[in-house]
Amino acid sequence: MVHSYRNVMFFTYLRRELRRRRKAALVVASGLALGIALVIVVSSVSAGMEQAQGKVLQSLYGLGTDMTVTKAAEPPEEGDAEGGRPRFQFDAKDGGSGEEQSTDRVMVQGFQTLSSSTVTKVGEQQGVAGAVGGLSLNVVKVNGQFTQGEIPPGQGGPGGSQGRVQGGGADFEVNSYTVYGTDVTNLAIGPLTSSTIGKGRTFRSSETDAKVAVVDESYAKEKDLALGDTVTISGTKFEIVGIATPDSGDAAANLYIPLEQAQTLSGSKDKVTTVYVQVTDSQRIDAVKSTIQQNISGTTVTTSADLADTVSGSLSTASSLAANVGKWLSIAVLVAAFLVAGLLTMSAVSRRVREFGTLKALGWKSGRVTRQVVGEAVVNGLAGGVLGIALGLAGAYAVTAVSPTLQAQIGATGGTAGPGGMGGPVRQSASQAIEVALTAPISLTTIGTAVGLAVAGGLIAGAFGGWRASRLRPADALRRVE
Amino acid sequence: MYQLRSVIKQYRKGRETVHALAGVDLTIADGDRLVIQGPTGGGKSTLLQMLGGLDRPTSGSVELDGIDLARLSEARLTKVRSQSIGFVFQSFNLIPTLSAQENVETALVPLGVKASERRERAAEALKSVGLGERLGHLPSEMSGGQQQRVAIARALVKQPKVLLADEPTGNLDESMRDEIMDVLESMWKEHGLTFIMVTHDSSIAKKAPRLATIRKGALTVTEKAA
Ligand SMILES: Nc1ncnc2c1ncn2[C@@H]1O[C@H](COP(=O)(O)OP(=O)(O)O)[C@@H](O)[C@H]1O
Ligand SMILES: [Mg+2]
Repeated sequence: MVHSYRNVMFFTYLRRELRRRRKAALVVASGLALGIALVIVVSSVSAGMEQAQGKVLQSLYGLGTDMTVTKAAEPPEEGDAEGGRPRFQFDAKDGGSGEEQSTDRVMVQGFQTLSSSTVTKVGEQQGVAGAVGGLSLNVVKVNGQFTQGEIPPGQGGPGGSQGRVQGGGADFEVNSYTVYGTDVTNLAIGPLTSSTIGKGRTFRSSETDAKVAVVDESYAKEKDLALGDTVTISGTKFEIVGIATPDSGDAAANLYIPLEQAQTLSGSKDKVTTVYVQVTDSQRIDAVKSTIQQNISGTTVTTSADLADTVSGSLSTASSLAANVGKWLSIAVLVAAFLVAGLLTMSAVSRRVREFGTLKALGWKSGRVTRQVVGEAVVNGLAGGVLGIALGLAGAYAVTAVSPTLQAQIGATGGTAGPGGMGGPVRQSASQAIEVALTAPISLTTIGTAVGLAVAGGLIAGAFGGWRASRLRPADALRRVE
Repeated sequence: MYQLRSVIKQYRKGRETVHALAGVDLTIADGDRLVIQGPTGGGKSTLLQMLGGLDRPTSGSVELDGIDLARLSEARLTKVRSQSIGFVFQSFNLIPTLSAQENVETALVPLGVKASERRERAAEALKSVGLGERLGHLPSEMSGGQQQRVAIARALVKQPKVLLADEPTGNLDESMRDEIMDVLESMWKEHGLTFIMVTHDSSIAKKAPRLATIRKGALTVTEKAA
């Protein structure tokens, strides 16, 4: 026998109830909707936070870098950094007023380097797909005028010692920028991968020791540099062959030059600050990390996850807010919504004591009456789910439309790691805030969860109501209510 | 045929025990008509609940055709109610969201009657109480008398052995009382039912050939020589 659902009393009764008691259904549904909407917004914002963090990390490490290897922190020794620490020497020449002097100090970032052979060794480790070395430099340029003090004539009277020295002093500026020595033979890994070459070209693999440079776009703007111009770093002239634009956040360095040039400029032959590592299987990052640390002593391995722990600023505040407050708030609202839905359903059953008692008096089995109540509650729950998903989607789209800007500071809290604890460009960014826009992407999983919650809410409400209904006796048909 | 022996029904009301039925013995033959009267709180509704299998006595037996309803399992009792007993309540007890026809159909649902047949029989039953034109009406769209007629149709659509009515005219005004009483009277005659009715209406009680009076749980039956 084929029955259309229209012929089944269960559906007829259900339809009639939902249509004619719409208001009561709506109250239960909107409570659930609120909870479900909150879950959607919170989880989509959390996903957005994760994406934002990913963008921040990517802008520091470059695409495809799973970890960096740097020199392990050493207790600072007396005079250890003698060669690297900046020291400026200017002569305060007699009568040298107006003469401009300039000096560049090229320093290795963090004053800690690894031998180039480490790059090869890292590349040979199990699970490593590729390893590329890079040298991060800080260049401090000081130029200015120094003037000797003078005693204005006529003021120095006999026996008098009241003459004043006037006009003595210095007028100079200090300029600091960052240079990244790139392994031009392998441009697939490393900081430059997170930038796009907007004008000109990137390095050629033959340019291992060429005097060419790629300039970060914003630095180029600031210094008024264009394609074909030359930049001078500590007396060496480099031709600008490309302008790089970071895909997100800030650039890893102001200038990129071939690795060998960087090594020569800083007097660190065959040295690198950071080894950028790509692993074969992203699931095994931690295993590869410990392999490297075991086999190559004196190194610190930093994974993206390690780095993420050091993210601070409004991004990390917001993401921990979403992870904690948001999560608990949505759980609390959900539990409350479930409870309210359950109690409302139960009180709705209580108001229909005589109705259900009558059905039992007519010979309806208790189970049939309970099923009816649960059916109504589940439909209410689904209605709440639809409403909640609509509300949640609206909320998530609103967040994406507004796209509030969040700031991230990397490594600022990682001070205990000491020099060499983090890769070169990473430490360089410690002083910089990276800005990312927050979006609230909605995944199918989120929608699935919402639907699941709606059904669960309906079933919980149905369980409350059904329990109440199952306890009604046929004699309740004669109860005086109303 | 009903055979009640020493039926006692007690309710607990906090610490007090209410003796709603204090040892009732009663026999009702098939096709008989019994009118029950008595003061409010006397135990009339309680007795009807025992007869209809809506509740169980504290002690004693309520036999319907030799089967003791007091000892039946819940499932079997539910089945007896669905097959053999029609109930008419004082306050109609229609499902407010269902139409007249659907309300009548609810009585056929536990019997597993096919949907099309269910609808046909419901329409037929409504026609027999004079509501053939109001199948799609909601209870709220009908007068009290019409609602009670829907309830009567619902009680009789399954062609039960017994019709129990608890003050069926109690919520109706004068003009509608006679109308409902006439419907019940003709239904009883037409279907050969055992018809037991609780009423406050002394004019009805006076006309009844067999009258039961229940006071403080105690029942006395007076028979009039026809
Ligand atoms: N479910 C119940 N719980 C407690 N006491 C009840 C219950 N039903 C009826 N009673 C009591 O039993 C007595 C008989 O009630 P009932 O049979 O309804 O009387 P009637 O129908 O004659 O007015 C009354 O005192 C009433 O208060
Ligand atoms: Mg009563």
